[in-house]
Amino acid sequence: MILSLTAEKLACTRGDRRLFADLDFQVGAGEALVIEGANGVGKTSLLRLIAGFLPPAAGRVVIVMSETAISEGEERGRHVGWLGHQDGIKPQLSVGEQLEFFANLYGVRSALNGALERMGLSRQRLLPCRYLSAGQKKRLGLARLMVSKRPLWLLDEPFAALDSAGRFLAAELMQAHCASGGIVVAASHDPFGFKARSLRLGAS
Amino acid sequence: MSGPFASLLMRDLRLAARSGGSAALALAFFALMATLVPLGVGADLRLLARVAAGVLWVGAVLAALLSLDRLFQGDFDDGSLDLIALSPLSLEQVALAKFLAHWLSTGLPLTLLSPVLALLFGLPGNGAVMLVISLLLGTPAVSAIGAIGAGLTLSLKRGGLILPLLILPLLAPVVIFGAGAVSAALNGLANGALGLLGALSLAAGLLSPFVTAACVRLNLAG
Repeated sequence: MILSLTAEKLACTRGDRRLFADLDFQVGAGEALVIEGANGVGKTSLLRLIAGFLPPAAGRVVIVMSETAISEGEERGRHVGWLGHQDGIKPQLSVGEQLEFFANLYGVRSALNGALERMGLSRQRLLPCRYLSAGQKKRLGLARLMVSKRPLWLLDEPFAALDSAGRFLAAELMQAHCASGGIVVAASHDPFGFKARSLRLGAS
Repeated sequence: MSGPFASLLMRDLRLAARSGGSAALALAFFALMATLVPLGVGADLRLLARVAAGVLWVGAVLAALLSLDRLFQGDFDDGSLDLIALSPLSLEQVALAKFLAHWLSTGLPLTLLSPVLALLFGLPGNGAVMLVISLLLGTPAVSAIGAIGAGLTLSLKRGGLILPLLILPLLAPVVIFGAGAVSAALNGLANGALGLLGALSLAAGLLSPFVTAACVRLNLAG
């Protein structure tokens, strides 16, 4: 169980450019946070920082689980469900193989067919991923997220490339994740369709 | 075979075996190179037998290098590496799985093909046997040292061009001892090269995951 995600005096530097500094926020279990801001303001960098890929230039990120508090980056990553703007999909593998690999890699036993069905991909299960459209790849990414069983979801533009039914599904998925006590942090330019707090970067 | 480590290893082997994969490419390159050399050198079988070990060893190393730049770069470019980094595996384990997958999909098949190519060079039986043994002992070092280079250059667009320049000098001892073991067997000399070759592979295999993981970590943060 995750209890909260906290950023304290967080700063991020890319090259010699300071993207943001003194960033404080806290997200509790069951809450969603939307990161907003113009292009290049550091939304993706903030997500990568929370995931533990980037070390912060200053400050720290802490997630509090029911037993422990974790501030070390790679340790934190073990609780992160990731949907980046790159799809992470191999064209040579079939949709089913791709999802099965991911479930085994994360050591989770999940109903893979259920996730594919929910995302409307059950007919494509045997199809090599090179034939998927951008929207279908995004749906596969969302199915992967469902399967991961991670409490902290970090999503980079979750609605991009999706059709209106897909957007609805994605919002529904995020809402269900929050309802089950998870946390969603998403960088997005699109309206969420459900209650979420927002964090505007680059306002100051 | 469904634990995290095994699943990553199996996926990489599967990708190497699929169309456009690295395994067939390495074998084809190795075979073509070994066919071209006798055409260039001429049909003097005594001369060919003398150069066989060196030529085949260099060929095997170059063939193994062909697919090395994609070891991490493919996963880095399409975002898979992010997902893999967040898995329960440490980056050291990831690096070990990748190095093993590379050896199983290139080093091992190249070793198995080598006796056939040794025939083209008229390498005597004991020399061919020693060639196989030396490749079996030495190619893990090629994959292990190569993995470090692949980790270092994974975010470079033309990393494949820089990689051989970084790695080939480090592979000189492997080629020297590998080809040396075959020459020693042909001349009926006592043979210490095999032991050194095995030691090189062992040391490289043990150290490589740690160095490679450090390089990958740096690139993920970049």
